[in-house]
Amino acid sequence: MNIIIAGDGQVGSTLTRLLSAEGHDVTLIDTNSRVLESSQESFDVMSVHGNCASMEVLLQAGVKDADLLIAATNADEINLLCCTTAHGLNKKLHTIARIRNPEYTEQIYTMQDVFGLSMVINPEKQAAQEIERLLKYPGFLKRDSFAKGRTEIVELRVDASSKLCNVALIDMNSIVKCRVLVCAVLRGGNAIAPGGNFVLREGDRIFVTAPTENLATLLRNLGIITRRVRRVVLCGGGRVSFYVASLLEKNGIAVQIIEHDYDRCMELAEDLPDTNVIHGDSTDQSLLESEGLADTDALVSLTGLDELNMIISLYGQSRGVPQVITKLNRMENRSMVDALGLGSVICPKELCSNTIARYVRAMQNQSGAAVSLHAIADGQAEAIEFLVDEHTRNCNIPLKDIKLKPNVLLVSITHGSKTEIPGGLSSFRKGDTIVVVTSGRGTIRQLNDIFA
Amino acid sequence: MNYKMMGRFISQILFIEALFMIPAVGIGLYCGETAAVKGFALTLGLMSAIIAVLIMLCRGAPSAFYAKEGMVCVGVSWIVLSLLGCLPFYFSGEIPSYIDAFFEIVSGFTTTGSSILTDVEALSNSILYWRSFSHWLGGMGVLVFLLAITPSGAKGTGFTMHLLRAESPGPNVGKLVPKMRKTAAILYIIYIVMTIVNIIFLLAGGMSLFESVCTAFGTAGTGGFGIKNDSMASYSPYIQNVTTVFMALFGINFSCYYLLLLRQFKSVFKDEELRLYLGLIFGSTALIVLNLRGYYPTLEETIRHAAFTVSTIITTTGFATTDFDLWPAFSKAIVMMLMLIGACAGSTGGGFKCARLLLVLKSLKRNIRQVISPRKVQVVRNNGAIVDEKILDNANAYLAAYVIIIFVSFLLVSLDEFSIGTNFTAVLACFNNIGPGLEAVGPTCNFSGYSVLSKLVLCFDMLAGRLEIFPILALLSRSTWTSK
Repeated sequence: MNIIIAGDGQVGSTLTRLLSAEGHDVTLIDTNSRVLESSQESFDVMSVHGNCASMEVLLQAGVKDADLLIAATNADEINLLCCTTAHGLNKKLHTIARIRNPEYTEQIYTMQDVFGLSMVINPEKQAAQEIERLLKYPGFLKRDSFAKGRTEIVELRVDASSKLCNVALIDMNSIVKCRVLVCAVLRGGNAIAPGGNFVLREGDRIFVTAPTENLATLLRNLGIITRRVRRVVLCGGGRVSFYVASLLEKNGIAVQIIEHDYDRCMELAEDLPDTNVIHGDSTDQSLLESEGLADTDALVSLTGLDELNMIISLYGQSRGVPQVITKLNRMENRSMVDALGLGSVICPKELCSNTIARYVRAMQNQSGAAVSLHAIADGQAEAIEFLVDEHTRNCNIPLKDIKLKPNVLLVSITHGSKTEIPGGLSSFRKGDTIVVVTSGRGTIRQLNDIFA
Repeated sequence: MNYKMMGRFISQILFIEALFMIPAVGIGLYCGETAAVKGFALTLGLMSAIIAVLIMLCRGAPSAFYAKEGMVCVGVSWIVLSLLGCLPFYFSGEIPSYIDAFFEIVSGFTTTGSSILTDVEALSNSILYWRSFSHWLGGMGVLVFLLAITPSGAKGTGFTMHLLRAESPGPNVGKLVPKMRKTAAILYIIYIVMTIVNIIFLLAGGMSLFESVCTAFGTAGTGGFGIKNDSMASYSPYIQNVTTVFMALFGINFSCYYLLLLRQFKSVFKDEELRLYLGLIFGSTALIVLNLRGYYPTLEETIRHAAFTVSTIITTTGFATTDFDLWPAFSKAIVMMLMLIGACAGSTGGGFKCARLLLVLKSLKRNIRQVISPRKVQVVRNNGAIVDEKILDNANAYLAAYVIIIFVSFLLVSLDEFSIGTNFTAVLACFNNIGPGLEAVGPTCNFSGYSVLSKLVLCFDMLAGRLEIFPILALLSRSTWTSK
């Protein structure tokens, strides 16, 4: 497909890397020629220098032949104007705009057609939803949902005290007392596709496939505290904090926001009636203590600086807060967070790029193409969801008789509303949703590609 | 430095070269030229051995590849290409000295067309074919060919930009379409189609197939190796005119043709570089015709020779229909000026490039204005778009490097006791990839009289000229090879 990406920032360049590697023709637009130059040198893309909201620049970028435009500059208004103009030039064009200002949310949903938008994406709101999902099941580092939320791949860390430490995978089901499947293990930064005799060690991060209804059982039997989260401290009062607080308020969870800017505190206090807004420096340990860090259930560091967030989270962890979530703006810092053994990491920009990438894949959704694709194990493996249809080979044949490609694992089959973790006798039929995990990047494009 | 990746690259380049050598072997077998076939067979054997060793050594190369590696890779692969490409000449015994054979193939790959041969017609057909084909391959660039055939989506695809930049001529190399592979393929398709059209036109003029193919290769790559001792002089006026037009066409920026295919006629006709280029061709031809009054019997002949010479020199081809060394001084001065300017950026031609000349002139104009009104804020525009300061700096730096290399080479070549005119135009002709110079290296003479040192200096000039100086200079820089 011909894809135009307006705005070569963090989201823009992440998308560029993803989409150009998937074989799309990507054209970048930005006003900063230095950024464009470095993108040109690292990716196989073309670039146009100029204002993406101007018709001339859009035409130069080939908007007439494009299939998709993604506007991800840092100004909402420019993104909107860019999409509206582009849609005016090419009625068949799909447009995705990043809109972050909550004040625009409503008008955009009601006037989506007027603006010519196919999709609106709000990274901060998405991050907040992700944080809420994690807070619902404390203990998981990351959750990816498949098959309309019926199947999940969750990430867990194996600690020295964990019941799973030094356990072979073959014995795992008897410990957790429900059927789950470990589809990947990250050990020392490398993803491993484990066999039944694989023994888990301290420090491993494992990716477990389970039906959504089994998640609670899984946690309980692993001895991970399943106490409901009642009190959350949010450090930093940015947009993500606002969204998280408003989501948690609705669930009746007590929220405290610590923000150092007094005016911002006032705004938050006005918009969030049930939230405790505290004016102060969130890196000040005595302040955190006096606000009751010792008996909070979760600490989420959401300031604008990655290094600050890391420090806050480290402190929270050392004080024994059960769940710590760190927001990172730069994905490069992730490996360092892992080295520190901190809990979950949320990267709004990565979430945003993944959502857009999923949209792009859905656009090309011909028969047998992936419904959705999630990067797991720090991007070293992919979990791909497929819909079984009449063109799918090997329907109704027991899995033990089907030969799959060497690096492909079939991890779940969803018939109707029932998710099954497949065994040798399982089979899939037309209408099922299946999830496969593969370590070969980009090798599986269609469902039939998984068969050897 | 990522030596393994470079090694893998060079093995691929050699593979392509070997592949292209096979038709020459076919011609040799067909014509029963035992010595030449033996030469090719030996070369191919040696190349396969080198490729095998390189592949063995360079397994599992890391894919990190940056500007420096890109530059060095291009420089090294052109040298290796030439070192092995000249072996058929040497092994077949048709060019007995290795240095001469090397000079000949460098001249071929860089599309120069300077020759050390006194009797071209004595060469066997397969050798003649390989000699002309080297022009065709070198014209668009062998790395561009590699880019066109390597599957996209291979890891680390971004670095290909460095390769395209290092091998394609011009101050501001860009892609035509987002995918590098498609860009390279489009360039080659335009190139192949134009070459075929050229062959058809030549065949229509009654030329034999072999001669048309060889001549078209020389024209398309703007190289200039003839297959006759008198270059193009003995051919009919029709063939000379066809060649005039096609040389001029191959000297135009190939992105213009792509824009024509996209039906963006307006932007092609408004292209400043194209206008300058065509203006230079018509202007110089008119001036030479005026200056040559009475030199040739008819006006038609005057125009034909003037147009042919202007076209052959500005595109840096180097065919000849007449000995322009005998022309009046003014005409010779124009020819020398055209030698310096060269063809358009993004074409197969060499020289300083019209695009760069435009940029240098514009930046000069700006500096002069700056002297008059120091507070004036000015930007340089090209085709209406603002030119980045970095590109201007590069063009000016290029000019400096260009002049320095010309004078240093001139000094070294002058050790050989030829006249100043001969030495200077020899350097110009090699550095700008033209072919013939004036006086003792004029269109009717050749470079065989130079010493080994001079030939090596001229080889360096040809490579530096074809790759636009910096990739070759990068090879000589100490910081390229040390980690300091």
